[in-house]
Amino acid sequence: MDIPRYWRLRNQRYRLEGTECIECGQRNFPPRCICPHCKSDSLKSFRFSGRGTVYSFSTIYQALDTFDKDIPYSIALVKLDEGPLITTQLADVGPDEIQIGQPVEMVIRKIYEDGENGPIQYGYKFRPALKE
Amino acid sequence: MSKIMKPIRKTGIIGYGAYIPKYRLPASEISNLWRDGQDKDFLPIKQKSVPGPDEDTITMSIEASQNALKRAGTDPQKIRAVWVGSESHPYAVKPSGTVVSQILGIVPDTVAGDFEFACKAGTEAIQAATAFVGSGMGEYALAVGMDTAQGKPGDALEYTAAAGGAAFIMGPAEEAVAVLEGSYSYVTDTPDFFRRAHQKYPEHGNRFTGDLAYFHHIFNAVTTLMEELNLQTSDFAQAVFHQPNVKFPRKKAKDLNFTAKQIKEGLLVDFVGNTYAGASVLGFTAALDKANPGDRILLASFGSGAGSDAFSFIVTDKIEKVRDRAPSTRSYVHREEKIEYARYARWRNKIVMH
Ligand SMILES: [Zn+2]
Repeated sequence: MDIPRYWRLRNQRYRLEGTECIECGQRNFPPRCICPHCKSDSLKSFRFSGRGTVYSFSTIYQALDTFDKDIPYSIALVKLDEGPLITTQLADVGPDEIQIGQPVEMVIRKIYEDGENGPIQYGYKFRPALKE
Repeated sequence: MSKIMKPIRKTGIIGYGAYIPKYRLPASEISNLWRDGQDKDFLPIKQKSVPGPDEDTITMSIEASQNALKRAGTDPQKIRAVWVGSESHPYAVKPSGTVVSQILGIVPDTVAGDFEFACKAGTEAIQAATAFVGSGMGEYALAVGMDTAQGKPGDALEYTAAAGGAAFIMGPAEEAVAVLEGSYSYVTDTPDFFRRAHQKYPEHGNRFTGDLAYFHHIFNAVTTLMEELNLQTSDFAQAVFHQPNVKFPRKKAKDLNFTAKQIKEGLLVDFVGNTYAGASVLGFTAALDKANPGDRILLASFGSGAGSDAFSFIVTDKIEKVRDRAPSTRSYVHREEKIEYARYARWRNKIVMH
């Protein structure tokens, strides 16, 4: 992803900021301009809690060069506690340890480094929820 | 002249938080590969923490700071300084504090800079944050000590160079879980350990590392602090020292007349390694996790180059309320997955492909 686009989307990627429909209350991630449920255009910014469960997942063994260091890594559809389903990379978990329905939580990790000289891009990933 | 440092306005820790990555490399893995296990009975620690391939000082600082914010219950917008102390900032030029403060919602009304002073960069940030709050320039300031330290493959430092650290929100004493009683810093030019620009691994001047560096600086920092505050070792419930291995802090404690019990909770190096700028402050969070209201805690860092910061904190009854709002330091210590040297070498860029 190019630098300007990453910069523009940083509060989505850093803080899981989506939208909430003022008319019907539906919450969306990524943020929308029009509510997909009731078509209202009155929406406000909403920050998700970062908690959810694994809806489904897949493990990547062949990746772009950018993600070579991370393989094998897993991508999941995570059902956020507030409703939306989002696509995310999983962190701190081996392919054999993931279970559908498992509680997960958002963490900030390096997404990729743009070569040796480029910027380091950070953003959300999800890891198994810490027990305590 | 009075040597003790005290801010004009009484200041303390409003919230604290720790972070340690999940992975551990047993010292025996290094010993077996590089020394055929010949030093297996003299290993400096059992194991060290290793960051995952997607972790660095910025990501780790964020989690520790989030834990500190949870305990503090402070509006991030009221934090007016973000200072990250580390010798492993991901960028040579671009402050770690910029990313940290954006993600935590502290921007834009803040100062944000990076500190570097080997293993005492974290306590250096605490000194500065204390001064910033204590002078009234801002209501709250965030100070972080965090590292993903690297040792040259096969070098003595490789056994211990680890990843982790802690974050502290400093603020007015009335809101504090631990009030600063006073601090003192002792610094000289000592060539015990250094890394030149563009070099990946540090060098150490062997004959300087013990007596002339670690022991000398901590001794002077701690004895001056105690003299100026009129305190005895028995006045402290706990003491936390910089911990490059198990032997040094134990010996230092003994020299200063602290008991094994006083240093027990804050001594984590055997399980997580030397987290450099994170080491003494991480141990300090473990001490706070176990502290009772009224307890006095000594924190003494050491940074090569060299210097030591010593602090005396008095724990307040507010600690009971905030302690469980974030994961304990021990819960991060116990969250562990052992890895073998090969995976460590791949993740830590020790395999060079060009
Ligand atoms: Zn709607």
